[in-house]
Amino acid sequence: MTLPLIIRRSLRQHLLSTVVTALSIALAGGLLMTVWVVKTQSQALFAQTNSGFDAVLGARGSPLQLVLNSIFHLEASPGNVAAEDLQYIARHPLIKAAIPIAVGDNFKGWRIVGTVPELFTKIEYAPGKKYALAGGRLFEGTAKEAVVGSFAAQALGWKLGDTFHPFHGLTYVPNGDQHPDVFTVTGILAPTNTPVDRVIWIPLAGIQSMSGHDPKHATEVSAVLLQLRTPTAGVLLDQMYNKQGNRLTLAWPIGSIIAGLFNKISWFDEVLTLVAWLVALVAAGSVLSSIYNSMSARQRDIAILRALGARRRLVFGAVVAEAATIGVLGSLAGGAVYALLLTGIAAVIRAQTGVVLEPFAWQPVFAWAPAALIGLCALGGLVPAFKAYRVPVAETLAPTS
Amino acid sequence: MSLLTLSSLKKSFMAPDGGRKMIVDVPEFSLAAGQQLALRGESGSGKTTFLHLIAGILAADSGSIRLDEQDMAVLAEPARDRLRARTIGYIFQTFNLLQGYSCLENVLLGMAFGAGADRARATALLERVGLGQRLHHLPRQLSTGQQQRVAVARALAGRPQLVLADEPTGNLDHRNGREALALIRETCREAGAALLLVSHDPEVLAAFEDVRDFAQLNRAASEVAP
Repeated sequence: MTLPLIIRRSLRQHLLSTVVTALSIALAGGLLMTVWVVKTQSQALFAQTNSGFDAVLGARGSPLQLVLNSIFHLEASPGNVAAEDLQYIARHPLIKAAIPIAVGDNFKGWRIVGTVPELFTKIEYAPGKKYALAGGRLFEGTAKEAVVGSFAAQALGWKLGDTFHPFHGLTYVPNGDQHPDVFTVTGILAPTNTPVDRVIWIPLAGIQSMSGHDPKHATEVSAVLLQLRTPTAGVLLDQMYNKQGNRLTLAWPIGSIIAGLFNKISWFDEVLTLVAWLVALVAAGSVLSSIYNSMSARQRDIAILRALGARRRLVFGAVVAEAATIGVLGSLAGGAVYALLLTGIAAVIRAQTGVVLEPFAWQPVFAWAPAALIGLCALGGLVPAFKAYRVPVAETLAPTS
Repeated sequence: MSLLTLSSLKKSFMAPDGGRKMIVDVPEFSLAAGQQLALRGESGSGKTTFLHLIAGILAADSGSIRLDEQDMAVLAEPARDRLRARTIGYIFQTFNLLQGYSCLENVLLGMAFGAGADRARATALLERVGLGQRLHHLPRQLSTGQQQRVAVARALAGRPQLVLADEPTGNLDHRNGREALALIRETCREAGAALLLVSHDPEVLAAFEDVRDFAQLNRAASEVAP
């Protein structure tokens, strides 16, 4: 009980510096965990996000752009795929499913994508997970009807039966062209925690025959989402479209294209991680200096404890333990900093991409970041602890005589 | 059988001119168990150093300090700390209470490194010195007389065989000083602890049957005294 009492009293005696240093540790811990979780989880989640498809076939161009456009609904489409190409790939023996999509319109920034009902009836967007409707029914054939992703529906406040005029283009221009066509919301999808949630889905023919769209391209699609029968089919199709062909691009495999994107921007994570570690170092340094600066005030207490029979190693250990305790308190508060930061960041990522992070799923960083911080604090405590170790008892107790 | 037996005890310090200055040179000294002895000593006579040597707070240059079948003068520092915690209570002129700790915690720390913390005993000791109502007060909330009483309770907390008191009344007014002295003597007697007190105050010294002159005991004293 002696050591905890000494630590507690010492922390209380220097309450202000205890609180300030613990807060700096909290900030460092929160940042470290946030950066780490955002990095690892977003990388893993984005690389897994394929809406159930193995490959995307699109116009000649960047595979990354194709994937971002057709799976993540973020980029512009690099061009169109002709009706014959769609027919061909749809009947190809290596293809299990081919779902065409067409883009080109939005409603107040929410993307409108044309597709076929089979996307929702035949495709599992993740292993074992089929699309479900939270309400209503799917759109029919060529009707001016829409099935709305859950996030978009929530954000727009749409209910079944609501109607809207699409805006032309992928990005929303408030006074831009609005098509006269009126679409009716017939269904709202259950949440999938994928980019699908952010999309307003309408029949393929709806986009193709939208008034104002060039009738010459009415049979074309923006991309074809593909499920392959075997993994090796990708190699053959890659050979056929990417190596020998020159009109179309096959983006395959989707996961490694996204992983490639993350590799390209990995310096960004590294900078953030470096910043987090620097904050941690500064925080540990502040533990060191705040205890060190109070050493002359503590010297007398240490000498008294020594006179009462406390050994050098106990007063040494008490200072190290006090520094580590600041680390523990800071790490606990760091959990709160993390929860705040990541909840906010997860909301932003969800709004921007539809990918949903899980801030509170267990991550190894929750163990090692606090452990590293507590270790750093204890390390910082070593410096003042040596000073405590060397307090001259007799001189401190009786400076005269 | 003596509780404390010193022989040829020497301690010198580095002098400003680089040489060594002998502070304590006591050929022999002893104290019986339960004995109460006052040493007359002016400030600067090396009496505090003498008590620090007996308590093992300072290491002796040579000689022996036999206490509880061990020799404080030859033990390594951790063993001296242990021996001090187990056998010695120390009362300072400036009280040296831990300011961030309550009265009760101060007394508990007086036993923590030796006999082990015992709340009931600490409470009883504070009641004995008349501070039963002040257990959770901080030292600064007490008068100086009360603070010295806490220090007395703390010195006795570890069931010491020997209590060392260094000018225990030096920072107290006349009345509080007299009361503190009486309390120290009574509680040491009750606890069966020997008392070795140093003072220059004639009134304090007059209270003791056994009084010795530290200047006669310490051969280095003539060189040190101003």
